[in-house]
Amino acid sequence: MRQLLILSLSVLALAACEREDREYRANPVTSETEEKIALSPLSAGPSGPTEQRSGLGQQYEENAYHIAQGKRLYIWFNCNGCHAHGGGDSGPPLLDDRWIYGGQIENIVQTIREGRPNGMPSFRGKVPDDQIWQIAAYVRSMGRNVPKPAAPGRNDDMHPGPAEQRRPPGEVMDGGQIPPAAQMPQ
Amino acid sequence: MGGARLALGLTLSLILQPALPIFAQPTPPQPAAPPFVTGPEDGQWVIPQKNFANTRYSDLSEINTETVRNLQVAFTFSTGVNRGQESAPLVVGSTMYVLSPYPNILYALDLTQPGAPMKWQYNPKPAAAAQGVACCDVVNRGPTFANGRIYFTTLDAHVVAVNADTGEEVWKTKLGDINRGETMTMAPLIVRDKVFVGISGGEYGVRGWIEALNAEDGKSVWKAYNTGPDQDVKIGPTFKPFYDSDKGKDLGVTTWPADAWQQGGGTVWGWLSYDPDLNLLYHGTGNPGPWNPNQRPGDNKWTAGIFARDADTGEARWFYQTSPHDLHDWDNVNEMILLDMEWEGQPRKVMVHPGRTGFVYVIDRTNGEVLSAKPFHALTSVTGVDLKTGRLQTNPEKEPVNNRVIRDICPTAPGAKDWNPSAFSHKTGLLYIPHMNMCMDWESVEPNYIAGTPYIGAEVRMMPGPGGHMGEFTAWDIREGKELWTINERFPLWSGALATAGDVVFYGTMDGWFKAVHARSGEVLWQFKVDSGIIGQPTTYRGPDGKQYVAILSGVGGWAGSIVSADLDPRDGTAAKGFVNAMRELKNVTTKGGTLYVFKLP
Ligand code: HEC
Repeated sequence: MRQLLILSLSVLALAACEREDREYRANPVTSETEEKIALSPLSAGPSGPTEQRSGLGQQYEENAYHIAQGKRLYIWFNCNGCHAHGGGDSGPPLLDDRWIYGGQIENIVQTIREGRPNGMPSFRGKVPDDQIWQIAAYVRSMGRNVPKPAAPGRNDDMHPGPAEQRRPPGEVMDGGQIPPAAQMPQ
Repeated sequence: MGGARLALGLTLSLILQPALPIFAQPTPPQPAAPPFVTGPEDGQWVIPQKNFANTRYSDLSEINTETVRNLQVAFTFSTGVNRGQESAPLVVGSTMYVLSPYPNILYALDLTQPGAPMKWQYNPKPAAAAQGVACCDVVNRGPTFANGRIYFTTLDAHVVAVNADTGEEVWKTKLGDINRGETMTMAPLIVRDKVFVGISGGEYGVRGWIEALNAEDGKSVWKAYNTGPDQDVKIGPTFKPFYDSDKGKDLGVTTWPADAWQQGGGTVWGWLSYDPDLNLLYHGTGNPGPWNPNQRPGDNKWTAGIFARDADTGEARWFYQTSPHDLHDWDNVNEMILLDMEWEGQPRKVMVHPGRTGFVYVIDRTNGEVLSAKPFHALTSVTGVDLKTGRLQTNPEKEPVNNRVIRDICPTAPGAKDWNPSAFSHKTGLLYIPHMNMCMDWESVEPNYIAGTPYIGAEVRMMPGPGGHMGEFTAWDIREGKELWTINERFPLWSGALATAGDVVFYGTMDGWFKAVHARSGEVLWQFKVDSGIIGQPTTYRGPDGKQYVAILSGVGGWAGSIVSADLDPRDGTAAKGFVNAMRELKNVTTKGGTLYVFKLP
C-alpha cells in the first residue's frame, strides 16, 4: 500500500516535472524567433500554404509554468485594458473561437510583436521574445486551446467564469470575425 | 398601503391644526429657457444641442399628442457603418447632415427631393489604429453647423471644417496623438469665430484639455489644460470659485501625488454650453486617471467638475468639482442646461445638470454656487451634497480598497446617467432625463502606465439596480427636485431626449423602440420598432414641404452596447469594463445597425 503511494507520487512528480519545465536562459529582447507561417488557408497552387514550425510553440503551450507567467504578463502589459479577461473591449474577444489574424500560437506571437492595423499596438522591442511566447501561450489557454493539465487552475481576478483549466477544449476558426475595416463604405 | 398611510397622515394633520389658516401659497413659476434661445422657431436643427442653452426643444407642434399616433416612416438611409450611432441628424435649410461613427463619414441628404437622396459624402479617412484607443466603441456625438460650414471631430483626434454646400474640405487640423491614447468623440461648439473642442482618453492616462480654434482656418486661439500649474489651466486673477476647496495656488499640481497630474485625465468629451450675455463657455472635465483612486490621494483638481471660462480668452472664471478625488469614474461630461428661474424669491441664472454622481444639480451659472442637488437614482455609495462646502458625501463602506471586491455600488462607473442628453421643454418647464438604474461590484488593482494602452486599475462588473430594470425615462420637476413620472425600460437608456411644443417627448431604447410619450403624463402615445437598438439623439425639423419631421439614427453600440457592436464574448462579465455582465441578453434582442429613420405625418 505504502509502496503504491510512493510510486504514484513519484509518477505524479515526474509528470509535473515535464509540465513545469523551465528554461533558465531566456532570449534577450533583441533576438526574435522566426516561424514560417501563413495567415491564410489559401495559397497559389493546389497544395495549401507552405509552413514550417520549429516546435517552440508546442513547448510553450504545453508548459504550465510558461502559461502561468503569461497570465501575469498579460495584466502587466495592459492587454486586459483592451481585451478584458478574454471577453474583449476595444480589442476583440480572445476566449472565443474566431480569429481574424490566426489562432495558432505562432500567429498570436506575430500579432503581439507586429501589432494589427485596427488598433492592436506593436509590442516589439517592449517585451522580450520569450515573454511574448508566454503571453501567447496564455492567450491560447483562454479558449482552452492548450492541454488541460497545463492551463491555469484558478482565477484571482473578478472574472466570474470558470478558470481556464475547467473550460471545455476549444477550437480555432480562422477569419471568423469581420475586421472593422471591412465595414468601411467606399 | 403607502397611499393609505399618506392619506391618513394628511387627514390627521388637518384635524390637529384646525385653527391655522391655509395660505394659498403662490407657486413660483416653472424654470424657463433664457431669452437668448427663445426667439422664433426657424424649423431647423443646426447643432446637436439645438441651442447654446442645450434645451433640445423645438417649437414645432404639428406632431402633437393628438396626431402623433399617425407618425409613419418618410425615408431611411444607411450610414454604411455598423457601430454605435450616437450622433444627431442636423437640418440646415433643405439639407440634412448625418455623421457616422469611425470612419466618421459625413453625408449630406437633399430634402427637396423624394426620398432625400445623397448630395455628397465626405470621408476624412481617420487612422484605423485609433479604434484600439477608443475606450467605449468608436462613436461620434455629432457634427455642428456654423458660418456655412459643418465642423466635426474624427476618432484620430482631428477637427475638420467642410463646406456645407459642396462637401469640400476647408481645413483639417490634428490636435492629438493616438500613440498617447488621445482620440476625439465630442461635438464641437461654435461661437461666432471660434470652434471649441476637447480631447477624449480618460481611460488612457491622457491629460485633458479644451481648445479654441479659429473657425476660419483651424489655427489655435487658446488652449486650457484641466490638470497641472495654474498657467496651463488658465487660472489667473479673474478666477473666483465659490467654494474654499477650489481656492489656492496650483491646485492642479498640489492635489496630486508628484507628477501624477501629467497622466491625470480630466478630459473634455461632453456637452458644451454658452451664455452670450455673460460670454461664458461652460464645459465639464472627465474622470481623473487612473480609475483606481488609491493611486492618487488628494482632490485631483481640476478633474470631474465644471469650468466656466471666458469664451474669448479661455480664462477660468469659476469651477465646481462634482466628484473631488473621484472614486468611481464619474466624469463630469453630462449636459448643462442653461435656464432662468426663481430661487427662494430671487431670479437666478442657473444651469441644471443631471450628473453621473446621481444628483440633478441646480447651479448658479454666474458664480458656481450649488443651489440644490437632488437624487434621481438609487444610491449606496454617495449620500448627498453638502451645500455649505459643495462637497459630495460618500459612504466609506463603498470606497475602493486595493485587491478587494466591494459589492453593490450604485450608481455605476458610467454613472446614474452617462453622455446621452436630457431635454427641457420650454412649454412644460420640465426636464426629461434618459438614465440608468444599475449597480456594480468594483475591485481596485494597481495599474501600470504604458503610453497608448489603458490606464484604469479597476475590475468592474455591473448589474441591474433595484427592480431589475436597467433604464429609466424620468420627467423631473427642477424646482421641487423630484420626479413626476418615470418609464422603466429593460435596458439602460443610452439615447438622448427631444422635447417639442406638441407636448410630445421622444427617446429610443437599446432594444430598438423609438417612442413618443406625453410630456405631462408620460403615457406612451406612439412607438416604432427600428432595425437595431437606439443610442442616438432625436431631432425634429420643418421640411421644405412645410411639414414637421422627426429624425433618429438606429445602430446599437457605445459603452453599453459594445457587446453587440464589437461582438464581445458574454462569458466574460468584465468585458467592456464590466458592462457586459449586465448586457448579456442584448445579443438576443438586437443586432448591429446604422440606419437613419425619418418620420412624418401622412
Ligand atoms: C490599445 C488596445 C490594445 C492593447 C493594449 C492590446 N490589444 Fe490586442 N488588439 C487590439 C485591437 C483593436 C485588435 C484588433 C486589431 C485588428 O483587427 O486589426 C487586437 C487584436 C489582437 C489579437 C488578434 C485577435 C484575432 O482575432 O486575430 C490578439 C491575439 C491580441 N490582440 C492580443 C493582445 C495581447 C496578448 C496584448 C498584450 C500584450 C494586447 N493584445 C494588447 C487592441 C489592443
